[in-house]
Parts: sequence; C-alpha cells; structure tokens
Amino acid sequence: MANNINLTIDGIHVSVEEGQSILDAAKKIDIKIPTLCYHVDLCVAGNCRVCVVESVGRNNLIPSCATPAEEGMEIKTSSPKVRRARKDLMALLVSEHNTQCTTCYRSINCELQQLAAEYNVDNDIYLSVLKPTAKVDKSSWSIEKDDSKCIRCQRCVRTCAEIQHVNALAVTERGRDMKISTFMHLPMNEIVCTNCGQCITHCPTAALTERRYYDEIWEAIDDPDKYVIINTAPSVRVAIGETLGYNVGERVTGKMVTALKKMGFNSVLDTDFTADLTIIEEANELLVRLKKALVLKEKVALPMITSCSPGWVKFIEHMYPEHLDHLSTCKSPQQMFGALAKTYYAEKIGIDPSKIVSVAGMPCAAKKFEANRPEMWDSGFQDVDAGLTTRELGHMIKQSGLDFFELGESEFDSYMGESTGAAVIFGATGGVMEAALRTAYVVITGRPVPFENLNIIPVRGLEGIKEATVKFENCVPEYKFLEGVEAKFAIAHGLINARQIMDQIVKGESPYLFVEVMACPGGCIGGGGQPIPTNDEIRKKRMEAIYAEDMDKPLRMSHENPEVTQIYKEFLVKPLGEKSHHLLHTKYRKRNRY
Amino acid sequence: MAEVKELVKELSEKYGNRRESLIPIFQGIIDKNYYLSKEAMLEVAKQLDVSAADIYGTASFFSFLDTDAKGKYKIRICKSITCDMKGKSGIIATLEEMLKIKVGETTEDLMFSLLHTNCIGLCDQGPAMLINDNYYTKLTAEKVRVILGDYIRNK
Repeated sequence: MANNINLTIDGIHVSVEEGQSILDAAKKIDIKIPTLCYHVDLCVAGNCRVCVVESVGRNNLIPSCATPAEEGMEIKTSSPKVRRARKDLMALLVSEHNTQCTTCYRSINCELQQLAAEYNVDNDIYLSVLKPTAKVDKSSWSIEKDDSKCIRCQRCVRTCAEIQHVNALAVTERGRDMKISTFMHLPMNEIVCTNCGQCITHCPTAALTERRYYDEIWEAIDDPDKYVIINTAPSVRVAIGETLGYNVGERVTGKMVTALKKMGFNSVLDTDFTADLTIIEEANELLVRLKKALVLKEKVALPMITSCSPGWVKFIEHMYPEHLDHLSTCKSPQQMFGALAKTYYAEKIGIDPSKIVSVAGMPCAAKKFEANRPEMWDSGFQDVDAGLTTRELGHMIKQSGLDFFELGESEFDSYMGESTGAAVIFGATGGVMEAALRTAYVVITGRPVPFENLNIIPVRGLEGIKEATVKFENCVPEYKFLEGVEAKFAIAHGLINARQIMDQIVKGESPYLFVEVMACPGGCIGGGGQPIPTNDEIRKKRMEAIYAEDMDKPLRMSHENPEVTQIYKEFLVKPLGEKSHHLLHTKYRKRNRY
Repeated sequence: MAEVKELVKELSEKYGNRRESLIPIFQGIIDKNYYLSKEAMLEVAKQLDVSAADIYGTASFFSFLDTDAKGKYKIRICKSITCDMKGKSGIIATLEEMLKIKVGETTEDLMFSLLHTNCIGLCDQGPAMLINDNYYTKLTAEKVRVILGDYIRNK
C-alpha cells in the first residue's frame, strides 16, 4: 500500500497516493487546472506549461501535471502570478496559431480557443509569428493535417506511439523549425498510417481532423437524379447525441433516424443489418477453418482474426504482411452494406444502382480510406461513396436547422434496416466476439450460449486484452468433431494490444481459435470519428449505452434477424456461397513495413 | 559510396540494434556516404525496428546529421558574431570563388558542400571553419586557398 501524501490546494486539504501529481490531487477536490498537452489517456509530457501552479516557498512556478505531490505542499492554482503566467503562455501559443477560428471545423470544440477565451488573451501582446508556408495536407482519404493550427503539444505523437504503436508522427527538426511531421515530411497518404484517427480525437485543436465529405452529400441529396441512402453504425447512435447537446451515453437512435429522413436521405438503413450478416458469414468461415484443421488435418491459419476494423486491417497489412491469411476474408459491415446496397437493395426497390449514392455514418476515420480501396467495387460501382464520421453527421444535423431535441422517433427503413442485439454490440470491444459466440454456439450445439441472458461478461470491458474459454458439449452431428473442445478466444483493442496477439502468432504460440481486434481503445465507441473528447470515463458510458440497446432488442442473436433470413432466401442463397464470395468477401494486400 | 544495406548491417553489428545505437550508426553512414539518404534511413528503421518517422525525427534534430544530399567534404563556416567581426565574409567570398558555389550548395561532382554552422567554440581563434571533422582557425583568404587547394588536389 502506497503512502499517502497530504497537501493543501487553494487552502483545501487533500490526501493522495504517493506518486500522484498535483493535477491529480486538484482533480480529486474538483479544482480545475487548465491543461493542453496533458491527456488522461497518455503519458505526461509537460511541454505546454499551461497547468503551472505556485508552490508556497518556491520561487518558480511548477507544472502540476508533471510534478508529484509532496508532503506538506501548499499549492495555489489561481494566484495573480499563476494567472499572469498562464495568460502569457496562452498569448505565446496564440501568436503561433492560425486564429481563423470562424472558418475552423473545431471552432467551439477547441481546447486552445476555449482557454484563450477564458483567459481573455490580449491580441496585441505578441505579434503573430504564424509561418505563412504551412499548407494543409489533404492527401489522405481519412486524415487532414494542418500545421498552422498545431500547438506542438505532441498528444498525437504520444497517441500514435503509446496507444497504437504505429509511430507515424514524430517530432522533427528543432527550435523554431520544430514541427510534428512524418518521415521526410511525406504526405499522409504515403506513410505507414492506419488512418485510425486516434490522433484526431486526441488533438486539442484542428491540426488533425478527418477529411470531410458532407458538402458533397448535401449536393447529392439535392440532386433529383440521385438516390441517397445512408447506413449508420451501431456506435453512432450512442455517441452522436454528444455533438447535439445530450449527455454522454444517451441513446438517440430513433431521433437520429428521423433527422436523417427529414434531411432528405431517401433511405435510412442500418449497418447493424450487415453486422448480423457478418456474423453469419464469419461464423461459417470459422467453422470451415476448424473443420479443415481438426477433421481434414489441412493446414489453415488459426486463430482466425476479425476484419471489421479498417484501421486494424491496414495495420496488419503494414506490420505483419506475412500473416494476412489469419484475417477473416469477410468484408467489414460497411463494405458488405455497400456491395449489397447497389445490388440486392437496388433490385428490391427498383432503382438503377448507378443513381444510388451510398453513404456510411461511421464512428471511424479509417472507414473513409476503406470505402476508397480499389478492391471495393464488387457491385460494379464504388460500393460505398462516402464515409462520414459521427462528428460530421452531427454537424450535418446542426446545419439542417432541425430541432433535434423535439424530433420524434422513427424506425430504420426495411430490407436492410432490421437488426438484432448481437449487431448492436459490434460497437464495443468484445462485441463481435460475443455476437459470434451467441450464433456459433447455437449452430454447434443447438442450444443458446450458456451465459445468463446471453450476456458473455468475460469479453466485455476496457481491459486491453481479454480472454474467454467456451467448452462445446453435446454437439449436433455435423459438428461432433468439436465435442469436448475447450475453445480459447481473445479480444484486443488498441493496436498496441493487437501487436501482442500478433507477436504470439508469429512465434507460433497463440493458444486461440478466434480473435477479435479493434484498432481503437474501447472499440468503435471510442473510434477516431467519435465526438471529442473521448476518454475511459466516456468510453464506459457509451459502452453501457450499447449494452442497454442490446437488452432492448427483442432478438439478440444474428441468425434470428428476419431480413438476414430473407436475403439468403432471395439473393445470397447460402453463407459462403458464390454470391457471398463475390460480394461479401475480400482480399488483403501486403504493404510496406517502414 | 558504400552499398546502403551492407553498410547499415555492418554498423548495427558494430554498435548494436538498440535505439541508443542510432547516432553512431548515423555517423557511420555519413562517414561513408556523406549524408543520410532516404534509403539509408529506411534501412536503419528496418534494422532497428523503429518507425521511419522516429528515425527522421532524430536525424533532423541534429544539424550535423544531413538528410539531404551533401558532398564528400562539408565545409562549415561559423556564422556567429565573433567570427563575423573577424572577417568571415571575406572567407566565404574566397570559398565561393574557389568552389563556384554559394553557401548552402554542393559542387556538381559531389565533392564539396559549403555550409553555415553555429558557434563551434573557437571564438578566440576566429574566423574558424570545419572541413568534416577537422577545424581550421585564424583564417585568412591566403590560408583558405592553401587549405582548400590541398583538398581539391587530393580529392
């Protein structure tokens, strides 16, 4: 048990564990100290100095994020000396910043803007020394980088290193030339970047943002020759409220659907439908692999790993190009949706697929890149025309002028709008595994998975790598070869954890049959396209909302989805069949490691 | 110039594959190949299993680790105030005239690069310059002609 440290902050006594910072101590008693380079997800950098406080008896101000609390300390967080210093620091940061806030995407959701306003920074203290040469890098499908808005706090650098272990961004050059950049300042589309967008959600300003497509979508909606359909991912409905004034974790599914319909989308459909479909295809793929391995004694890649997360897919393509056969060949729900929207759905509603504009509302930055992969033209057209983030969708709803609070609730449109609870939980880490197990167990044994209310608790939560073991007993005749097998599963989220799973596989030591990987911490609810800020507290609330949405669903296993049954009957014929193979499965490519 | 792949392998065997080996490996590459080319940096990234961005971050931090093409001999003239007052501009004029290049440029045969440097700690003996790791002090136009003439003849 660590020793307790006693100190006073602004005259209030507080006791914290040894090693905790002054900032931690202040939080404990609800004293707010402003921060910029500090982020609760990341290691301490202490480079912005905005969090300085006064320690009585010491001459210099000290950064509260980087200074451990000491016994008997007397801290002042808002003395005139502290306020003057902070104001000066803010003014210096602003003097280097592109202050075109009126045209900025992050306006009113910018930490620098908020602090500058709070401290009422005087425009005339320092001249603007903004470098006129800074150009916006719009080369990537997913991420825009605008150095004129960078305050060099290095949150993105730490995010890319500590959470994702990709290190695509680094501190380059020195002194006044220092900038956050890439290998040899290459454009974002040429570097080893997974497009996960975690750098965006950790950026305090608009130096890193998603590439935005909503203007094109408005144009398409307005075009009478176009038929615009949108599908929204499970984690969008539990987070989009945050951009519209709701508390974190409030579900706004029905209102969101109403809003999208009122905004002019011709069909509002649900990515959850193809999430259910993914489960059917992926569970069957896994069973085929297991049969090959256990009965036919063929060499197949096990564990099989999920492929729903496009950030993860690009990660493995760069980092483990020799092990792509472990990836499920299933497309992500977004891409399955796109391929079916311009084939099955077009046929169903009698619309020429060339007129369809297929939009995906996603919690994700990497989905934009995925939509533009050259492989994704299986419908004969670009399957998904644009991927929008939750933030962009929230933005569009605001632009539409609708009073979101007052909207009634509606249901998704039919044919590709029905879903089960199993699809909803795709949004949280462990959800795909849980959904797959709910269906696979029924297929293998004919009985529901032996967990209370189908809730497979061991696969839930924010632990970086989770494990579950399921024993198959009394299997149906077709799957007798699994009788008595104790199958081990793993779930990893955050690419640094995915790397551990992969390193085990490379060494040939992986004990698992099936692994779920999500690029972002918390899974899609913490995705790079989700509202800012995101931290563990927020991730937990969004996850709770996801599981509540699951419990509300009358059907909670993917194979029970009536529209899924219908599409196999009328169109796909059977899982892993010829049509599925053509429309719902894909190939991966080797990419450069460095 | 040495084959990059071989060179990096040799250097990493000599100095190790850890992150701390980065600077000696860089210096070794510059020794042989005059600067850190894109290929060389990517090779180091591979050898040390460090991201290319991190490699570049470290290389671009140090002014003596050049990441763009430089000649075999890097002539660095001190640009600080002391050397300036002692007649740096005349030295530069002589160098430019002899090499037919301006400060910041490299000769076409890739033998010489003419560069500015910050203080090299020889203020009492200015004007001073470095040619690779050798320093030359109390320079005059005459002296420069002799020194550089030697390099040109022996290159």
